[in-house]
Amino acid sequence: MNSDALLRLENVVKKFGRFTALHGVDLEIHEGEFFTIVGPSGSGKSTMIRLLVGMDEVSDGAIWLRDKRIDETPAHERPTCMVFQSLALFPHMSVGQNIEFPLKLRRITPGKRKARALELLDLLRLPRDYYFKRISQCSGGEQQRVALARALAFEPEILFFDEPLSALDYRLRKTLEKELKDLHHRTGKTFVYITHSLEEAMVMSDRIAIMKDGRFEQIAVADEIYSQPVSRFVAEFMGEVNLFEVTSTGGLLSGSGLEVDPDVARTDLPEGEKGLLMVRPEYVRFGDGTDGFEYTISGRLLEEYALGSRIQYEVETAGGRIVTVEKLREDRATSESGSDVTLGFDAANTHLIVEN
Amino acid sequence: MQKLNRRLGFLSSLPILAVFLVAFFAPLMVVALFSVMPPKVFNLTNTPDFSAYSVFFEQGYYRSLLWSLGMALGSTAILLIVCWPLAYGMAKVFRGFTLVLTVAVVMSLFVSENIRLFGWVLTLMKGGLIEGHIRAWTGIGFDSPLYGIPIIVFGLVYVYLPFMLFPLAQGISMVPDDARQAAADLGATRWQILTQIDIPLAAPGIIVGCLLSFVLAAGAVAEAKILGGQAVITIADDIETAFTFGQDWPLGSALSVILIFIIGSLSLLGVSRVDLDRIMGRKR
Repeated sequence: MNSDALLRLENVVKKFGRFTALHGVDLEIHEGEFFTIVGPSGSGKSTMIRLLVGMDEVSDGAIWLRDKRIDETPAHERPTCMVFQSLALFPHMSVGQNIEFPLKLRRITPGKRKARALELLDLLRLPRDYYFKRISQCSGGEQQRVALARALAFEPEILFFDEPLSALDYRLRKTLEKELKDLHHRTGKTFVYITHSLEEAMVMSDRIAIMKDGRFEQIAVADEIYSQPVSRFVAEFMGEVNLFEVTSTGGLLSGSGLEVDPDVARTDLPEGEKGLLMVRPEYVRFGDGTDGFEYTISGRLLEEYALGSRIQYEVETAGGRIVTVEKLREDRATSESGSDVTLGFDAANTHLIVEN
Repeated sequence: MQKLNRRLGFLSSLPILAVFLVAFFAPLMVVALFSVMPPKVFNLTNTPDFSAYSVFFEQGYYRSLLWSLGMALGSTAILLIVCWPLAYGMAKVFRGFTLVLTVAVVMSLFVSENIRLFGWVLTLMKGGLIEGHIRAWTGIGFDSPLYGIPIIVFGLVYVYLPFMLFPLAQGISMVPDDARQAAADLGATRWQILTQIDIPLAAPGIIVGCLLSFVLAAGAVAEAKILGGQAVITIADDIETAFTFGQDWPLGSALSVILIFIIGSLSLLGVSRVDLDRIMGRKR
């Protein structure tokens, strides 16, 4: 095919009886990319990965790996490999035997197998004497690394991950996220990762695809998805966000109690059209009405939440709308709960979402 | 109070220990003692000798034992192969239908073994259900498959099927689905998944199933008597005869001790390799 994509999905449909899990999905993943598919449960991301690794069959459409169509190839003949959510390590085998499993299937001699397994232990920063350990003797993080080593031993064209970190505690997850990103750099393999955690996706990925109801809502690099979401769903899925319903009147966006500085850059939204003006909480500032913000809104400070390095404030504005403000701890506001405040932000830090 | 708690386990097992002592251990001891008595005595006050054991070799009783063990081995092997697909289906595929199968198989146990075996005799004998009908319709008759070794093995397979099927299904259900999927994903064919994932992980169920059917089949009498028409004599049959018609309790006891010894060692060997708690689902 005339595409430089490593993996290409063409109008892939998956139906379970009358329920359609995937509605004609197109996707291109490039060689060496760390690509993450994010979505809430039921969005079709698990169905997607089952199709990609060959554990399920597509109802319609095609999956191409380079110029070879693979959607009818059974899992054991596909040159791809997956790290399972449960890790799916073989409990009756030692760490070494687990890692060597794909090599043994290829009838590689025991000597070469062991050498490769030890190399992989080094790569995953596991001590070499783990080779003889039982799986049940390894901690959660170590099992994670063994599962990765086993998948890498297979030398897959693409390595798939099905939420492998979701069962781990927060700290370990953070460590492994970084390790995984590092491993991606060192191996240069193509990683396709599935998760419901946006944070995980943001830390590791080159590109992110947001899934909803069996469709891709947006596919873009992490920054773009964060700052320029295409819909309310993406904006809200990507963390705390303030969305103001606005209407284009006289070349300006107004509504939701926002006061607009008339000198602000004019909108090119046609007169009378509606949209959602998005501003992330870290771009909203407390002011006194004379700081020259392009958008201002007044309200009453409700509550203050400490989020570690940041402080989050909830401000109730006219009509009961809650606006969220985030500040670094060192810039902590002095206002007390219940006091009247004025909030401001600049047009450059906003993004207009126009949903059809 | 703490002292009582510690002894609670022992105290609550006392009733069953008493039953075991009286109903199980005591008769076993009597049998063991009788086995070293001189021939044809009916009390234990004689000078011990081992003549009964030499009779085992001299008078060809070892042949009965070999037949019993051989047929038990054969039927166990056949059961393993026959039950595997069915047990796999029950554990992984059938869902609701598993219950139907379980009830159906258990129901067959409600009918006495002898009656079921006689049912097979009526079905298979010359002029019986099958041959009789075929001869009546086509005029061509054939010999009954009854009264041979294959039909005895068939009988053993038929009677002891539940004892292989259920432990096997239990064992297979312990094989995690994702381990099988991961193996396939890593390039394993169906055969490789069977030999490297399914069988090792279902091993406890396989061992228990094999032990149960082997032990029961090795001590079986009815199949050889009813279906086999005593084409071969099983060791359990010999034991019965020695105690009844033979009126030679020491001989019967010696044969029993030999059988118990062989089966007991096999069972201990098997059980020592299985984590029974795991099968009962008490720990993972």
